Amino acid sequence: MSTHVQLPIFEGPLDLLLHLIKKNEVSITDIPIATITEQYLATLELMETLSLDVAGEFLVMASTLVHIKSRMLLPAGADEPDEEEGVDPREELIRRLLEYQRYKDAAGELDQREILTRDVFIRAAPPTEEVGPRGFRELSVFELLGALKRVIDRLPKDTFHDITLDKITVREKMTLLLDLLRRQNSVLFDSLFAEVKSRNEVVVTFLAMLELVKVQAIRIFQDEMAGPIMIEAAAGMDEAAEHAVIDDDIVENKDEPHGT
Amino acid sequence: MEREDVKSIVESLLFVADGPQTLQRFAEVLEGVDKDTIQAVLSELQAEWEAQRRGVRLVEVGGGYQLRTAKANADWVKKFLGGRPARMGRATLETLAIIAYRQPITKAEIEAIRGVDVDGVIATLLERNLIRAVARKDVPGRPFLYGTTPEFLQLFNLKDLTHLPTLKEMDEISLPEIPGDIISLEQLEEK
Repeated sequence: MSTHVQLPIFEGPLDLLLHLIKKNEVSITDIPIATITEQYLATLELMETLSLDVAGEFLVMASTLVHIKSRMLLPAGADEPDEEEGVDPREELIRRLLEYQRYKDAAGELDQREILTRDVFIRAAPPTEEVGPRGFRELSVFELLGALKRVIDRLPKDTFHDITLDKITVREKMTLLLDLLRRQNSVLFDSLFAEVKSRNEVVVTFLAMLELVKVQAIRIFQDEMAGPIMIEAAAGMDEAAEHAVIDDDIVENKDEPHGT
Repeated sequence: MEREDVKSIVESLLFVADGPQTLQRFAEVLEGVDKDTIQAVLSELQAEWEAQRRGVRLVEVGGGYQLRTAKANADWVKKFLGGRPARMGRATLETLAIIAYRQPITKAEIEAIRGVDVDGVIATLLERNLIRAVARKDVPGRPFLYGTTPEFLQLFNLKDLTHLPTLKEMDEISLPEIPGDIISLEQLEEK
């Protein structure tokens, strides 16, 4: 039998307690500790049954509740003599619950405000195309993949006539890219793909780029989030490239001329 | 300089400005124009655009003036920009609220209020530049004390920290409705 169980996500033990208090329609300041403790423990058990990760804080609170419950059971005045007379064992817990609820309310109020990029927007900073001074951020692989996807999406869809595959190897592309960078030092990621027509060639170009990054012949970076991606010759490009690319068995490329 | 010129220039400056700009900054650029005039012109722009229900509004936020889109147009702007909506989780909001009202505050003090570990949330908030370490508390371990940043004010459309919504007094607190709260304790007991 599969029972459908809906369990709200609790931010912590205080959150769960507030939920139970609300559900039982009792007052924070007069918690029926036995009932709440029982339900609290049952919820923990439920969370464990569902293989939810029950954080240590939940267990600490469980023992606090059990402790308070046991103290409530003692007749008044039967406490140790050094304990204060007439202090509600629940007092500290109540104070914490009220305090937490206070900031939960405050969080709710913040959420009601006109939040930037949710309710209101500001003008985006102008895109900069030129290669400015250093201070760029390095790109993550995911951003690169995102950029690759945009290139592929731009390709014409379903080009059936494109049967004859251009045999361009990764190594060839690497050489072409290095030649390009020797001439102009840096190049826009997008411009690398501007002339590329087939998916195959996009992938080959991309792999060539990654290969060159790996041997540290080139650097890829971006000067702002979502800004243009730049490819630049690394300081020791030629030495690095020598180890990686320059074999002489380069296949003739029919589209573009390449240097030696 | 004619008053209308001042108004026009201020509007241009607001347009090109990156981030909220202070009255002082406008006064520096508009040499010879007194601050009262600039202030009056800013207030006029604010009132006019509001009254005309313009798509761009002038708001006082993070200690300065900034152009922002009208809230009513949010859905269209979002559609145009096409990004993913910026959602902030409850843990993030609660932690931010505690820091905002109680700053400067240590991580341990935040955890005492929330009853849970806040390491991850603090790291995210620091990364998003919404909070910063402002000092170290003079207690054993010298823990960092955290406070909010100007970016926090900008995110929540706050002029300054005194404009935070008033925190409720302890005796005003009542439990709000909790939506969708079905815990099937009964089903558990059936087992």
